[in-house]
Amino acid sequence: MKASDRDLRGMKDDEFVDILEERRCSSDLGHAFRTFNPQPYKGGPPCSAADLNKALLDSHFLHRVVKEVAMETGSSQEKVMEEAGEILVEMSHNLHLPFIRLMGYTFSKVIKRLFTSIFVNMDGLNTLQQAVQENPVILMPNHRSYVDFLIISYILFTYDIPVPVIAAGVPLAEMKIVGEILRRSGAFFIRRSIGSDKLYWAVLSEYVRGIVRHGFAPVEFYVEGLRSRTLKSLTPKLGMMQMVLEPYFKGEVFDITLVPISISYDRVLEESLLARELLGVPKPKESTAGLLKASRVLQEDYGSMQVNFGQPLSVRKLCEGKINRSYYNLVPRDLPMKPSAEALACVSWLAHVVVGLQERGSLISPWSLMACLLIQEPTTVLAEQGLLWDDLTEKTLWLRKMVLDFGARLNWPGEAPNSAVMSSAISLHRSIVYLKAGRVYLTQEEVPLRRHRISPEEGVFRTAVPVLMLAAYRNQSLHALVRPAMLAMSICITRSTQRDELFRFFCFLQEVFANEFIFIPGNLSQDFEEACLCLNSCGAVYISEQEVRVSEQSSEVITFLQKLLQPFIDSYQLIFRCVCEEEQVQVFTEKQFLAAVRALALKLILSGELHTYETLSSDTQKNVLSALCRLEAVAKLRT
Amino acid sequence: MASSSSGGSGSGSEMQRTAQHRISVIAGHLRRPAEGDVAVRAEECKAPQSRLEASGDGRTVPMKRHEVMKWNGWGYSDSRFLFNKKGQAEFTGKRYKLSGMILPALKDWFEGTFGASLQHKSPATPLLNTSAVQAPTLNQDFVEELKSIGVPFSHEAEDRAFRGHGHCLHEIFALREGKIGRVPDMVVWPNCHNDVEKIVALACKHNVCLIPYGGGTSVSSALECPPEETRSIVSLDTSQMNRILWIDEKNLTAHVEAGIIGQDLERLLNESGYCTGHEPDSMEFSSLGGWVSTRASGMKKNIYGNIEDLVVHIKMVTPQGVIEKSCQGPRMSTGPDIHHFILGSEGTLGVVTEVTMKIRPVPEYQKYGSVVFPNFEQGVACLREVAKQRCAPASIRLMDNEQFMFGHALKPQVSSIFTSFLDGLKKFYITKFKGFDPSRLCVATLLFEGNREKVLQHEKQVYDIAAKFGGLAAGEDNGQRGYMLTFVIAYLRDLGMDYYVIAESFETSVPWDRVLDVCRNVKARVVRECKDKGVQFSPLSSCRVTQTYDAGACVYFYFAFNYRGLSDPVHVYEQVEHAAREEILANGGSLSHHHGVGKLRKEWMRETVSEVGVGMLQSVKDYVDPKNIFGNRNLL
Repeated sequence: MKASDRDLRGMKDDEFVDILEERRCSSDLGHAFRTFNPQPYKGGPPCSAADLNKALLDSHFLHRVVKEVAMETGSSQEKVMEEAGEILVEMSHNLHLPFIRLMGYTFSKVIKRLFTSIFVNMDGLNTLQQAVQENPVILMPNHRSYVDFLIISYILFTYDIPVPVIAAGVPLAEMKIVGEILRRSGAFFIRRSIGSDKLYWAVLSEYVRGIVRHGFAPVEFYVEGLRSRTLKSLTPKLGMMQMVLEPYFKGEVFDITLVPISISYDRVLEESLLARELLGVPKPKESTAGLLKASRVLQEDYGSMQVNFGQPLSVRKLCEGKINRSYYNLVPRDLPMKPSAEALACVSWLAHVVVGLQERGSLISPWSLMACLLIQEPTTVLAEQGLLWDDLTEKTLWLRKMVLDFGARLNWPGEAPNSAVMSSAISLHRSIVYLKAGRVYLTQEEVPLRRHRISPEEGVFRTAVPVLMLAAYRNQSLHALVRPAMLAMSICITRSTQRDELFRFFCFLQEVFANEFIFIPGNLSQDFEEACLCLNSCGAVYISEQEVRVSEQSSEVITFLQKLLQPFIDSYQLIFRCVCEEEQVQVFTEKQFLAAVRALALKLILSGELHTYETLSSDTQKNVLSALCRLEAVAKLRT
Repeated sequence: MASSSSGGSGSGSEMQRTAQHRISVIAGHLRRPAEGDVAVRAEECKAPQSRLEASGDGRTVPMKRHEVMKWNGWGYSDSRFLFNKKGQAEFTGKRYKLSGMILPALKDWFEGTFGASLQHKSPATPLLNTSAVQAPTLNQDFVEELKSIGVPFSHEAEDRAFRGHGHCLHEIFALREGKIGRVPDMVVWPNCHNDVEKIVALACKHNVCLIPYGGGTSVSSALECPPEETRSIVSLDTSQMNRILWIDEKNLTAHVEAGIIGQDLERLLNESGYCTGHEPDSMEFSSLGGWVSTRASGMKKNIYGNIEDLVVHIKMVTPQGVIEKSCQGPRMSTGPDIHHFILGSEGTLGVVTEVTMKIRPVPEYQKYGSVVFPNFEQGVACLREVAKQRCAPASIRLMDNEQFMFGHALKPQVSSIFTSFLDGLKKFYITKFKGFDPSRLCVATLLFEGNREKVLQHEKQVYDIAAKFGGLAAGEDNGQRGYMLTFVIAYLRDLGMDYYVIAESFETSVPWDRVLDVCRNVKARVVRECKDKGVQFSPLSSCRVTQTYDAGACVYFYFAFNYRGLSDPVHVYEQVEHAAREEILANGGSLSHHHGVGKLRKEWMRETVSEVGVGMLQSVKDYVDPKNIFGNRNLL
């Protein structure tokens, strides 16, 4: 491969290896029974899962909390202790090598069917192998699909690295048999809504800290908290993050290594389920029966999957100057203590940094670039007249160059001609668009025969499903484009060339959209700088000390970027309008409000005033509400 | 090794339990190992060592220190480690039990640990170049009046250079390179309290800066002359104030001049059948006044207490006059204890001239011991339990794996095949039969003292506790070698510096629940900092829990690295030490347990004792010494 080809593929020099290749030519059983002899953590003597649980139940920390809880609730300490034991039983993993092997075997079978290839960066694995020996390691993948759940364990098992214990939701534990298999594959289970259950918090946090402290195994958890329905990174949740970091803050370990992991899919298994969920169809409860039923997804092709292990991050280095560890000096080690404001801010910052790195580490697929372009076409046009294929391919190649200029990582197959790459992307995603007679059309579900007419509202929802799927794939590229897009938007709206003025508007946009996109707190001016440099690199603007001036031939870039952000602007504006109209009400429930938003959006889409279907997405609606709360435009009365 | 005192072995004849026991205190720690015999035995292998050139009046330290001691290294000129022509390490001289011995394992350990090589030497400047010493700035009026009161003084370069430094690495490193910074302009040798009063009065009158000098073993840059000092600096050497003025057998106290050094104090008290039991690792050279003004701690503090527990009365000459209490009551409720303004004042307020100290009868029996633990965590848990049960022996120390290996490298040549066979057997038993990982196991060294029966009983109690934490008794030999290491460590540093290896030690005190964290994190920090600063070979980073208290422990760290390839090794070392101290403080350790603050650790005083605390100390200084006569600028 020539250097320039490699550049256009956007994979840089990282050695991505397809781990399925070997699985296809050697025995899965042999793989499952391979000698697994990983280099363990050197920091302490090895211990068993049972030792961990015993240490937890014997801990002074737990006993203090139990005493407190007993006092508050009036029940006896023994009883509370018993309760703690039960929580632990529900929670704890039981990592067992034979089950890892079983899991490995099944997994080999399944993923070979689903995916054509799974690319993993080998240098990332090599550094990880070193890192697990030095310090406790926290594996932090993004979460886009249920498939994420065991893939990391599978890869680590294959490459002789200690398999992780994984934070999972309790519903998974409740699945028959599967729950137990997961438990023995290293999953530990956390209730979804813990609220103010003091005892539960105590058991959980001490449990997690214990694993980190002993370096029992790498800890894997999703800092985003849940699967992203929109394939866009979610604002990180801080509870778990704080638990894994506390041993460092308290000096109980020398350092902790965070490993951001970016998992990207050409096509996500749950794509249509997710879109429907966003439109208000409830997600099916996790159950073994459901899992079996879902086995029809096995019949389809999901393209390739990329797992990119990021550079290990030293918490110690990152926290330098941000954390005063002597905060804990004057109280006993095991006293339940609220973290300092400083620590909380640091935890949040670190979580954002990791999510930011997950984004930067993920590979953008050709299809995602196409989705960026497709979704900018008016929906009716896309559904009825279709988009000229040649236009689309030409623009996609133009966009590819631009995102590469912006420094994004791409997963553009180098072996095939560009046109073949793009048409195979289209055929992989025929649930969303299809190609007919040189034009690309939006795929719409066929109307069941026995029904003759569907209402206009139903029609909107029918169209909304593929559009939201399209939006989701567009979102896979957003992280690379959002900063320059906000600058482009600032340029269009302020019509200014003055840096300060643009920066002010840029900040405003960031503040409004802080729940929508991931911005690292305190990074405003770097983000702005980056946006300027991006636009400069593709020739859209000239930058000087004082000014950011639009170049003559730049309109294409600026327009594209502006249109990229437009659906969000439109949605936010519409929902803000709703809030203003509700003014007389003053107090409303979330349910009422969302219903009102939905009704208004529907009305405006039908009347042609609203051009985006994304306003219908419950994710957008929730983000706007959170933004309003954060900006103190509305206040939550009751949770 | 003549066995001399049968009186030591139990019967306890008062007359015989005297000098001979204690004369060899230091020698005892350095003695030849007892032929592989780990059975209970009395003191027969402790023989009185040929005394130093103690002159008739018992003075070990002459006015001209450089005539017996190294000007650019530790200890006596005639005693040093070197690698002989065969590449074997040996210790020269005749003063110590180790003198003249071959240490066959040291070379391999040294080369293996530091990546050093005997081919790469970094020798010191052999002689002091007197012309490198700045000409003295003398205050003529002061000198004239000093002459008239008849106190001896000198402004010779050797005398002045010797008193311009302590034993921090950067100080010794500079001397070895022949670099001499600001040194005192003259040295005075008062002979008694009255002399000191006169000198201080003259200094106040003529505005001369005084820096008290005791044993010169400071490791806190306390003796460095402040470069910004423009006045004439006079080093007040207390070494000639070294008499025991009286012993009070009814109250068990002794009144002693503060210039006496540790080994002389013990030796002289031993002659009367007493001891103070205060044995800091520097006791061969450090002085009573130095202990008081730095809040020193002794190895056997579990029985005898630290210096603050030992002093009953202190007399100090300050610019405002003499400070002392009116009586010798064992405890007083008379406001804040004024002794605590003096203890730890580090020469900033005045000169301690006389001290009344508690004394104890010399113990009849002493026994070393050691316990091997499978890992450091278990060892710390055991020490914590020992402290909880308040049954700590005179000394109990837990060395980590690195220090255990270090200690082993100091094993003298084994004399018989039988001994080496036994050693092999012991090693086999511990690592194979008991399953101890040789790269994790660590050893606690013990020293018991008292009457024979109680010692044996005590010993059993401690070994029983140790067994609960997986500890195996590992013999007297290992224990003794552990203590030997601390006494020869400073000599060993000089050896390292001959081969591009620099080393330093530092200490802290820390609550029990943070001991492991401090040990782990500080050691790891040292390793990481060295790596970040471009040190080519991974450093030695080692610690021991060296004292136990009810509520915590004292932890002592060694770190050393090969500095070949570094353009400014001292700067790198200073950065590493600084980072290590930051790490200690962040993990809940103290700024110092017994080394003091000096100028080296001043920057952390405010966060250590709070703004108000610093203000309190400052106001005492302002009242006692408004003209900053005692201008060494330590502490604040």
